[in-house]
Amino acid sequence: MAVTDTNGERRRRAPFPRWIKGTVLTLGSIAVTMLGLLFITFIIGRVMPIDPVLAIVGERASQSTYDAVYEQLGLDKPLIVQFLYYLWDVVRGDFGMSLLNARPVSEDIARVFPATMELATLGVFIGIVLGVPLGVIAAVNRGSWIDQIARVVALVGYSMPIFWLGLMGLLVFYGILGWVGGPGRLDIFYQDIVPSRTGMILVDSAIAGDWSVFWNGFSHIVLPASLLGYYSLAYISRMTRSFMLEQLSAEYVTTARVKGMSERAVIWGHAFKNIRVQLITVIALSYANLLEGSVLTEIIFSWPGIGSYITTALLSADMNAVLGGTVVVGLIFICLNILSDLLYRIFDPRSK
Amino acid sequence: MNSLTKLMTSAALGLAVALTAAPVAVAETPPNMLVIANRIDDITTLDPAESFEFAGSDVSRNVYQKLVNFDPANLDAGYQPEIAESWDVSGDGSTITFTIRDGLTFHSGNPVTAADVEYSLRRAVILNKTPSFILTQFGFTADNVGETIVADGNTVTIKTDKPYATSFVLNCLTATIGGIVDMKTVMENEVDGDMGNTWLKTNSAGSGAYKLVSWKPNESVTLQSNPDFYLGAPAMERVIVRHVQESASQRLLLERGDIDMARNLNPEDIAGARDADGVVITDELRGRLMYVSLNQKHPELSKPEVRQAIKYLIDYEGMQNSFLNGQYVIHQNFLPRTFLGAVDENPFSLNVEKAKELLASAGAEGMELEVGVREAQERIEIAQTLQNTFAQAGITLNITVGTAKQILARYRSRELDVYLGAWGPDYPDPHTNAGTFAFNPDNSDAANATGLLAWRNSWDTGGLTEKVAAAVVENDRDVRSKMYADIQAQFRDTAPFAVMFQKIEQTAQRDNVQNVNLGGATTAVSYWPITK
Repeated sequence: MAVTDTNGERRRRAPFPRWIKGTVLTLGSIAVTMLGLLFITFIIGRVMPIDPVLAIVGERASQSTYDAVYEQLGLDKPLIVQFLYYLWDVVRGDFGMSLLNARPVSEDIARVFPATMELATLGVFIGIVLGVPLGVIAAVNRGSWIDQIARVVALVGYSMPIFWLGLMGLLVFYGILGWVGGPGRLDIFYQDIVPSRTGMILVDSAIAGDWSVFWNGFSHIVLPASLLGYYSLAYISRMTRSFMLEQLSAEYVTTARVKGMSERAVIWGHAFKNIRVQLITVIALSYANLLEGSVLTEIIFSWPGIGSYITTALLSADMNAVLGGTVVVGLIFICLNILSDLLYRIFDPRSK
Repeated sequence: MNSLTKLMTSAALGLAVALTAAPVAVAETPPNMLVIANRIDDITTLDPAESFEFAGSDVSRNVYQKLVNFDPANLDAGYQPEIAESWDVSGDGSTITFTIRDGLTFHSGNPVTAADVEYSLRRAVILNKTPSFILTQFGFTADNVGETIVADGNTVTIKTDKPYATSFVLNCLTATIGGIVDMKTVMENEVDGDMGNTWLKTNSAGSGAYKLVSWKPNESVTLQSNPDFYLGAPAMERVIVRHVQESASQRLLLERGDIDMARNLNPEDIAGARDADGVVITDELRGRLMYVSLNQKHPELSKPEVRQAIKYLIDYEGMQNSFLNGQYVIHQNFLPRTFLGAVDENPFSLNVEKAKELLASAGAEGMELEVGVREAQERIEIAQTLQNTFAQAGITLNITVGTAKQILARYRSRELDVYLGAWGPDYPDPHTNAGTFAFNPDNSDAANATGLLAWRNSWDTGGLTEKVAAAVVENDRDVRSKMYADIQAQFRDTAPFAVMFQKIEQTAQRDNVQNVNLGGATTAVSYWPITK
């Protein structure tokens, strides 16, 4: 309907409030993204040279057994029909049964994902706590020995194979010094003591108030989390440095200094404040990467997370598990994207 | 700036303090607990009617009893009474009547009865899962088990479709699928007529030395001892098998005393662990064989001289003493050592000159062949070694590496010139391997007998099929053993298979762990005799 505004001009009222339109658009983009992700993953899974039938019946099965299972899995149907069946199940929250262990994929993911989430959260926390200050210091002291050290730290983080670094960490801190727990999430003495509420041992043991389990869990997680944190640190610190350099060369910083503001106020009150939005993207990406599961870290540390779950499923031709895991990873990226957008709106007045 | 430096230093110190201050519990495993690191990601189910993987067999052997079973203290003695205290064979050899031992109980407390045996064997046939062929090869079907597997009082009678060697039938009953389940408990957990299959995948209902506490896929299997086990309560009250994928991680755990046994150390870590304090290495022969096969559709490979020449172009000793050191031992027969009828004849060794002569006499010089290999490091290394030695005789060997789907699909459709692969026995009877390496009743493409290795290689076996069929019904154990020895002698000489190696499993364990038996080539690990 047409209305008259304060200066007398006529304008049309939007048919829906902005927030509804925004929500619908967001949900629509999530749906399209998920559909695309599912379709691509499904097609890749079908054209890959792995055979789910062989994985089930074994190498020595007769042709008739093979054919029976082939039909049972619906592989005789056209690809698009298979995809539509799968899509219908996923929409109803059913990722199907694992082809190999015959358990619901959703149960498996609910078991392995908290392990990854716990590790990734601690890892990215370490990355932020150390990486952001390191990047700021390096930028403020550009070209100095501190900057060189920060560069070397980041370079090592980028270039050192995580497999090797993990094994060396285990050898030194567990094998030789005995400072941390070994591979696995807990020592055998502490397993199954606290009830699993979240699947995250540190959280569950804290809820149960069992601090001996908490500390044992911490001794096991600290090394792989530090390792992942180091890799995050390398990325976060370099990006922080780059963002800060850009800000520190801006005129408003010079103006602030000319006005006699303290260096701390210039760096943290002005320059750092302006890189928060960019940092959110960097941190969200880092976190999403860790939440995907670091396969090699999980293998070395016998950490039953989603990365090794998807990899094992892939090698075993368990496509339901692969697709289920991929959907979860896709959702993580989408959720973190939405979270980034929300934080943008909080920290960046222009986006309001 | 100073404050930033302080902040950075504080953060680093904080992490260091966290690392050093965390109270770490590093202790040896308790004397009544056995902790093992193993790769258990192959477990797909723990239902004995369905389980067909190595790690699953380890669990089943300790959780379920069978009518007859192997004594870990004397595997060479063959099957021994277990749930059946005795058995009688009918005059025509097609009916075996088992008398059930008194006083056995399931973990639930229910008594083990003939009805449980009848139910378990019928169930395995009716469910018709992958390993069901081990029983159905005797003519049992879902339709006839009502008449062929029958309990009567304290006895169970099984009637096969024709007379077989009793040793063949009883050996098959020692396989995982012969595990006897608690009918009452299983039926209480039946869903939609699945005979408890869904429930038994992740639970147990046995009468063995251990009961299943939990199986967390790709994480762990936990077993609790059965104090009422008929041979006495096991010394290890709890057995925990942890999934540790990486060899180096297994070794670290073992050397730190956090586990008692590491079952998947690679040769480098075995060599390293050998020098560690308190660690011993044990070797045990397993049933897995590594072989090369030649497609008889290939005009040159079908010549007897060429088949012989290929067997002289393999550097058995070179491989055994280098990259396969400690992991495989030379073995050129299709029955693994320790099997009934196994022989230790290994007549072939690398002899390029002799191979050249044989190739020349066959007029088959300068061949170009394709070998299909699945992407596993040791197989690829073997293929590369073959490529090298074949080249010395003028044969160009092109290596095609692929996934199981890619390579096996071509092998099963008789397309590969040469296949390099491994084979493990399905059950502890010589027929398991004889019936695939040397048995091929119909060599036509139309037969599509993809389960038979002889068929996959288009080999009509030159009369061995009949000899294998005769051996499987021979009731005299010694005569039967001799028959397999003769079959293997002919096989070595004429077959398009060059069996090369038998697997050795090297296990590293703490030196206080005693009486470990992994099951050799015939069965799986036994936890109940283990002490510390």
